[in-house]
Amino acid sequence: MSSAAVADTDEPIPPALRIEGLEHYYGPLHALAGISLKIPRGEIFGLLGPNGGGKTTLFRILSTVLPIQSGQVRIFGTDVAGDPAAVREQIGVVFQSPSIDTKLTVRENLRHHGHLYGLRGAGLDVCMDAAMRRLAIRDRADDVVEQLSGGLRRRVELAKGLVTSPRLLILDEPSTGLDPGARIDLWRHLESLRTDDGATILVTTHLMEEAEHCDRLAILDHGRLVAVGTPSELRTRIGGDIITIETSEPEALAPLILDRFGAQASQLGNLLRIEHSDGHILVSQLVEAFPDRVHSISLGKPTLEDVFVRETGHRFWEDA
Amino acid sequence: MMSAPANRMLLAAYTLAERELVRFVRQRNRVFGALAQPVLFWILFGSGLNASFRPSGAPDGVEYLEYFFPGTVVLVVLFTAIFATISIIDDRNEGFMQSVLVAPIPAMSIVLGKLAGTTVLAVGQALLVFLVAPLAGIELHAVGCLLAIPLLVAIAFGLSGLGFVIAWRMDSTQGFHAIMTAFLMPMWFLSGAFFPLAGVPTWMSALMYINPLTYGVAALRQVLYLGASQPPAAELPALWLNVVVIAAFAAAMFGLAVTATSSRATWGTGE
Repeated sequence: MSSAAVADTDEPIPPALRIEGLEHYYGPLHALAGISLKIPRGEIFGLLGPNGGGKTTLFRILSTVLPIQSGQVRIFGTDVAGDPAAVREQIGVVFQSPSIDTKLTVRENLRHHGHLYGLRGAGLDVCMDAAMRRLAIRDRADDVVEQLSGGLRRRVELAKGLVTSPRLLILDEPSTGLDPGARIDLWRHLESLRTDDGATILVTTHLMEEAEHCDRLAILDHGRLVAVGTPSELRTRIGGDIITIETSEPEALAPLILDRFGAQASQLGNLLRIEHSDGHILVSQLVEAFPDRVHSISLGKPTLEDVFVRETGHRFWEDA
Repeated sequence: MMSAPANRMLLAAYTLAERELVRFVRQRNRVFGALAQPVLFWILFGSGLNASFRPSGAPDGVEYLEYFFPGTVVLVVLFTAIFATISIIDDRNEGFMQSVLVAPIPAMSIVLGKLAGTTVLAVGQALLVFLVAPLAGIELHAVGCLLAIPLLVAIAFGLSGLGFVIAWRMDSTQGFHAIMTAFLMPMWFLSGAFFPLAGVPTWMSALMYINPLTYGVAALRQVLYLGASQPPAAELPALWLNVVVIAAFAAAMFGLAVTATSSRATWGTGE
C-alpha cells in the first residue's frame, strides 16, 4: 500500500480513482477543461465521448505517460504526479493500437511483460498460464503473434494486461477491430475480472452500445464531463419519450410546435427532437396539425445517444 | 546481494535486450541491411579505388582495400545502431514500447536494454566481417581482434545511444532518415574511415578532430595493427586518447538517452 505521505487522508479506504480539477493544454488547445471524478473499487466505468473530446488525453494521463499540468489524480490513494512508479505497479494498461510484439510468440510476449513488473520464474509461469487460460489462448502459446487473427491478437493483448493482476485495468477503445462476437466475449472477460478478482475497470469508448455494459458512465465532450451516472440514470434524465421529426423547414416548425403544444423542440440539421412524457399522443397530434411539414416522424425510448445530444447540444458524430 | 530495485532494473533491461536479439534473428532482412551493405561498399569502393588511391602516410604495401577495412567494420556498427534505434519511433507510438513506458521500471532499464541488445548485435556482426578479411589478403592477429572487442562495444554503445537520443525526439521515421543522411553518414565519412586525416583541408581536419567517431576508428586501426612495424596510417591521435574519447562518448550518450527517456511523454502530443 501507499505510504502515509501520499495517501488520501479524508477516506479510510481510498477509491480506485479520484480526479480533481484536472486540466490539460496542448499549446492553446484546452484538451481537458477541469475534470473531477471518483470511481469506487470494483466498478466498470465507461468514458464515452467523440474522438477529440479529451478521452485520449485523459487515458494518457491515467496511464502515466502524459505529465499532469494542473489538478490532481490519485489511484488507490497514491498521487500519480508524486509517485508514478507506485501507480504503475497497480495498473494494467491495454492500448488501442497493438502493444504486443508480432515477431514474438504469445508466451514470449507475456514473459517479457511479466519481467517488466518484476515477476519471474515459476511464479510468472503461473500468472501467464492463468491469463492465457482465462482468454482461451493457451493452445496458441507458442505461436508467433503475426500468425494469429486480429481477434486472437486482441485476446493476447488483454491477456498481457492480466499477467500482472492489476487492481485497476485501463483500456483504450478495447473493441477496436473486433467483430460483434469477439466484442461480446471481451465484455464477458471484463465482467468476470471484476466479479472474480475484484478489479476496477476503466474503459474509453466511442461506441454507444458498448457504454451500455458499464456500471457507470461519464460523457466527455470538449474536455468537460457533461454527465456522469449509470446508463439508466442518464436515460431517465430525459423525461419519457423521444420524438424525432424530419422536416424541410425546422426553423419555422419549432416555434409552431412550442406555440401550439408547449413542447420544446431542439434542432439538429433538418431534424427536430422533442422530449415528451406522452410521446405517443403528441405524435398523432403533430401529424394532424402539420401534415405538410412533417416528412417523417418517429417515437422512441431515449438512448445514450439522446443523452449525449441533450448534454452537448450536438450529435455524437458531428464535428462540433 | 543486489538490492531489490537494482535487480528489477537489470531484469527489465535483460528482458528488453533479449527481445532485441530474438527480433533480429526472426527478421532476416535486417542481417542484409546492416552487414551485407557495408561489406558490399567495402568490396566495391575498396576494389574500385585501389588502383588510383594510395592512403597518404600509409606504409608501403597498405592498399586502399586494406585501409578501408576498419572503416567498414565501424559502418556495420553504425548501420546496426541506426536500424535498431529507428524502430523506437513506431514502436513507441503503436507497438511494444507503449507498454514498456507504463511499466514500473526506471528509464535506465529502457535505455540499457535497447543499447545492450543493439551492442551485442553490432559487435557480433562486426566480428563476422573480421572473418572475411583474410579473403581480401588482410592479416589479422588474434590479440588485435580480441582487443578490438571492448573497443567495438564502446563504439556500438555510443552510436546506439546517439541513435536512441535522436529517435526519441522524432515523430516519424522520415525525420530520422533526414538526420541519418545529413548527420550520421557525414559523421562516418569524416571519421578517417573512408580517407585519412592527413592532408585534408584545415576546415575538414577540424571537423574530423571534434568527431568522436574519429577516435573510435583510429583506436580500432591501432589495435588491429598492434605489433606491426609501421603505423597503419599517419597522424592518428594517441591510443590512450582514443580510448578515453570513445569511452566518454559512450557514457555521455547513455546519460543523454536516460535523461530523454525520463520524461516519458511522447512528442506527438496532439490528439
